[in-house]
Amino acid sequence: MGALLEVKDLRTQFFTQDGVVNAVNGISYTLDEGETLGIVGESGCGKSVGVMSLIRLIPMPPGKVVGGEVWFEGRDLLKLDDDEIRQVRGNRIAMIFQDPMTSLNPVLTVGRQISEALELHLGLDKQQARRRSQELLELVGIPGAEGRLDNYPHQFSGGMRQRVMIAMGLSCNPQVLIADEPTTALDVTIQAQIVDLVKRLREELGMAIIWITHDLGVVAGLAHRMIVMYAGFIVEEATVKELYSNPRHPYTLGLLGSLPRLDEDRPERLRSIEGLPPDLIDLPVGCPFYARCTWRIERCLQENPPLAFVAHQHKAACWVDVTGVTA
Amino acid sequence: MISYIVRRLLWMIPTLFFVALITFILMHAAPGGPWDRDLSARQVDPRTQELLNKEFGLDKPLFINTEGGNPLDSQFFNYIGGALRGNLGPSYRQRGMNVEDILFKPPEGKPIWNSKFGYSLRLGLLALGLAVLFGIPLGTIGALRRNTVIDYFSLLISTIGISVPSFVLAIFLIVLLAGRLKLIKIVQQDWSSPGAWIVPGVILGFGTFAFITRLTRSQMLEVMQQDYVRTARAKGLSEKVVVARHMLRNALIPVVTIIGPALAGLVTGSFIIEQMFSFPGSGREFVQSISRRDYSMIMGTTLLYAVLVALANLTVDITYGFLDPRIKVGK
Repeated sequence: MGALLEVKDLRTQFFTQDGVVNAVNGISYTLDEGETLGIVGESGCGKSVGVMSLIRLIPMPPGKVVGGEVWFEGRDLLKLDDDEIRQVRGNRIAMIFQDPMTSLNPVLTVGRQISEALELHLGLDKQQARRRSQELLELVGIPGAEGRLDNYPHQFSGGMRQRVMIAMGLSCNPQVLIADEPTTALDVTIQAQIVDLVKRLREELGMAIIWITHDLGVVAGLAHRMIVMYAGFIVEEATVKELYSNPRHPYTLGLLGSLPRLDEDRPERLRSIEGLPPDLIDLPVGCPFYARCTWRIERCLQENPPLAFVAHQHKAACWVDVTGVTA
Repeated sequence: MISYIVRRLLWMIPTLFFVALITFILMHAAPGGPWDRDLSARQVDPRTQELLNKEFGLDKPLFINTEGGNPLDSQFFNYIGGALRGNLGPSYRQRGMNVEDILFKPPEGKPIWNSKFGYSLRLGLLALGLAVLFGIPLGTIGALRRNTVIDYFSLLISTIGISVPSFVLAIFLIVLLAGRLKLIKIVQQDWSSPGAWIVPGVILGFGTFAFITRLTRSQMLEVMQQDYVRTARAKGLSEKVVVARHMLRNALIPVVTIIGPALAGLVTGSFIIEQMFSFPGSGREFVQSISRRDYSMIMGTTLLYAVLVALANLTVDITYGFLDPRIKVGK
């Protein structure tokens, strides 16, 4: 399997009144065909901005992709003109968003919202687009799909709206589906349903998925490979199994340690990572995690460790070898 | 839906009753009466006043007749009774004319829209049309091109429109266009040509235009931040479609709601402009009737305006249901 999407040294900044916010600071990764890549990290670590930069969806101004390359189907997406990138959006690379309550237009029927992409990218006429929209609603498991086409978003529950979003994202058979915290706004049982739905659709349609979340539990059963982000940097990258069983970055250790566990004999208090992430306007020279790290050494203050192989298919950005420490 | 409209129309009856009652109380609370003359002019002698009062029923009690006979044989209830039959009473100042004739009767051989109220209505519609036609695009462009020259220009114009009173603008434009440039007449006597309407229409609608511009701009700025706009972009839609289909549909809902009351306000609030341009509308009748204590005329015009406002609000509420699917009208 070759790389479907290759991101090289992507940098995104926001130019605000308080200064330049370094949201994404040179991240590189690849996504293979049919692969599901999980991106985890806490709020504000650049997960969403990082993927929105791929299809240039960040608001400009104040945001700007200041460097890097995004190779997809033989082209650098960052160098396409506006018309060309629009033909990629929603067509080859689709995106679904966090909050299905606010991500659908309240004054248009869901049928209209699904079919507009079909008419645009696949050149279907109104009739065909409507029929295809109905098929899509059936595909994502919305009962009574035909009658639901003429409903408005407020007539759907949260989980059903997220299904509509997914139907919309899949409408043009994209190669890549970017899911930006699609289950965060939903309650737990609905989360499980949505994850199962995405798994089934992945089997049936074979698209690659980038799944952004801050919930390590949700993504564990879904992703093949994981990226951990911190302060706009990738700090660790590994297969799911490797990452959970053998974490090599102190931040990943902290994240895993903060998960509640039901299988322990004596439940303890949840462990949190002390401190706050660094100010993205004024990034430290050394490792961004230095201030919160329990393994820190002198070198961390002077040099930011690069992402380097620590094992087979496993990269981490840390000067210290934290192997063998149990989370 | 039809039952909703019928119910709303029935609700207008108590509304109008109380509008009439309040107007009547306030009007009679003001000192003076219809027969008072300017102190320098020849006065109406007391004997004649008495006869006139008797003739027009002004000698009767105001609300309840306690002097025997029918208790409702009073000025107020007689007026209501007449109004229900479509008789708004005789004007006390324009001899031989009924109020409804003054307002609605066109000059000999002219169509109905040449009546005084017809003139005011047409001027109000023109002003509103101009306000909407220019306000919405300017507000939209201002929001889309935020913090550019165009945006500052739209802000400047709309700030002027909100802060400069229409009579100041009217004098300014009359001096400039009529006095200096001789483009229009200072006293326009022929209102049959459309050109004559433009200047008073622009001045009357300017405040509303400014308000619509500001409202559209702020609504657009809010809508532009919404998640569903990002969703629309993520589908690959062109910017034109995103703006027209996804932004404007949402941003204009509040704008439409103010159009109804704005029209009512423009038709009823045009007396200053009518005065300055000697425009033959009903606004002047309204204001003059107040200072002359022309009781029936005050009542008639106030009630007419109340009907207009009520109908405008009803229209807006019904339109709202069509624009915003989350709002159900008629339950």
